[in-house]
Amino acid sequence: MKLYFKYIGMIFRCRMQYKSSFFMTTLGQFLVSFTTFIGMYFMFDRFGAVDGFTMEEVMICFAVVLTAFSLAECFVRGFDVFPRLIRSGELDRILVRPRSVAFQVLSSNMEFSRVGRLLQAVVMLVYAIPRCGVDWTPDKILTLVLMMLGGVMLFSALFVLYAGISFFTIEGLEFMNIFTDGSREFGKYPLSVYGEGVLKFMTYVIPFALVQYYPFLYLVGRSDRVWYMLLPLAAGLFLIPCAIFFWVGLRKYQSTGS
Amino acid sequence: MIELKGISKTFRVAKRNAGMTEAVKALFHREYTLIPALKEVSFKIDEGEMVGYIGPNGAGKSSTVKVMSGILTPDAGSCIIDGRTPWKERTEHVRNIGVVFGQRSQLWWDVPVIDSFELIRDIYRVNGPSYQATLKRLLEELDIGEIVRTPARQLSLGQRMRCEIAASLLHDPKILFLDEPTIGLDAVSKIAVRNFIKTLNKERGTTVILTTHDMSDIEALTERILLIGKGQILLDGSLTELKNRHSKLRRLTVDYAGGSLPAIPGVKLEGDLSGHATLSVDTGVLSVSEAISKLSSAVEVTDLAVESQRVEDVVVSLYKEFAI
Repeated sequence: MKLYFKYIGMIFRCRMQYKSSFFMTTLGQFLVSFTTFIGMYFMFDRFGAVDGFTMEEVMICFAVVLTAFSLAECFVRGFDVFPRLIRSGELDRILVRPRSVAFQVLSSNMEFSRVGRLLQAVVMLVYAIPRCGVDWTPDKILTLVLMMLGGVMLFSALFVLYAGISFFTIEGLEFMNIFTDGSREFGKYPLSVYGEGVLKFMTYVIPFALVQYYPFLYLVGRSDRVWYMLLPLAAGLFLIPCAIFFWVGLRKYQSTGS
Repeated sequence: MIELKGISKTFRVAKRNAGMTEAVKALFHREYTLIPALKEVSFKIDEGEMVGYIGPNGAGKSSTVKVMSGILTPDAGSCIIDGRTPWKERTEHVRNIGVVFGQRSQLWWDVPVIDSFELIRDIYRVNGPSYQATLKRLLEELDIGEIVRTPARQLSLGQRMRCEIAASLLHDPKILFLDEPTIGLDAVSKIAVRNFIKTLNKERGTTVILTTHDMSDIEALTERILLIGKGQILLDGSLTELKNRHSKLRRLTVDYAGGSLPAIPGVKLEGDLSGHATLSVDTGVLSVSEAISKLSSAVEVTDLAVESQRVEDVVVSLYKEFAI
């Protein structure tokens, strides 16, 4: 763990060599999500509610997904840019060092500029939490925390899966973005607004609904099934098959010529 | 120390023709070509040896080094290094080895080199006193004491390479793999790197395995060479042995005055330009000294140089011989 912080320190110092670039990216990240927020605001201004959800409720949903995504992208960035590690031969270097591969990949890269996005999520939470009409009892607070936690795990799992696939092919990896960036964009609204098909897919194939939809129903009082609040943890289990897949890929690793 | 037995590795490479439609097709159906990178590679290296590993591009040099350093898992065969199989006991194994990839950097680009060293120290869990001792020695021997406070991106290639080598040795490994360590270096840096490697091997007994295309590296450093081509070990022997076996010819350069050169059996005149002649002597027919005495009895020799064949030529003719 101490070593992890040393890695973080190192990456931070490297990033700070290009301060203005860092702050521009951070600001950019903030503005991008801010425009999404503005878009949402105008839409609700026109229609009032989507599928029966008020704007404040939807904002909580969006903020949770955004928080989870930003955190995962910040700390699990190493897996997100894994094809780059393979191409540059950095993975070879990782393999000749006496630490676990997962640990080194995690510490190889960190995207601090995602703080911008996180900030946007925090702004939305601050705005929506008192206004959404939820009675913030301890179990509701726990639900919210679990949703974020499960979300981080789920997005991390997707990044690990993506990294695993890149062992087999470099081509066509873009389709994975449907699940990562796609989930983030989808995640703005409770999944039911997209219809039965999407909801089923996001429940059984990629367990995104377990993080975003079901616990959210409990949170806003649409459902009184208390066990819904524990579903994000189940979604976290998705990490296991993804990790196994990654290890299988690693065994098959061919390295690049030099 | 190092023992490879029948190591084989085949790469599966996706092939497709150029063009958009082909790219789309490749998404669904893909053809693979199997490229055998290593075929039954076996050799043994003792502790404290320095071995030059040579062969043309794509012969399997890097693949072998990657197998030995635990990066690649071979399809068949066994490799025991210091009692361990690299790809099975990776973390224990890599603690004992240092790897320098000449074309890639392991230093963090934007921070002073010394910061990278300290992080590497923590990665390898080197304890304080022994790190200080090793660092002091390396800074001195590689003459990098002045430059380690500079960010890596501002170093010249020669300076950086010396720092790379230091970074690979901070944990004082028993075995050092050098993959083209002198690539792109100027003459001064090359010699500095070579001298350092030599001392490391002599004084600390570090086993060194060196791949290179620069034959003067081989000549300056290693006694033993391994030649690999098309994934197979073709030759394993000492450099002098190789030179002798391969060629009995010696090149003689003579400056002379008075008269003309006599015809001597076994001596071939390669060029003669107003008193400056190049001759090749077949040592199977007569010795070099006999040839010189015969020459000097006929003409007045003012200057003389004897050269054996250059390693470069030996290697080129080896590549030709094995058709690789």
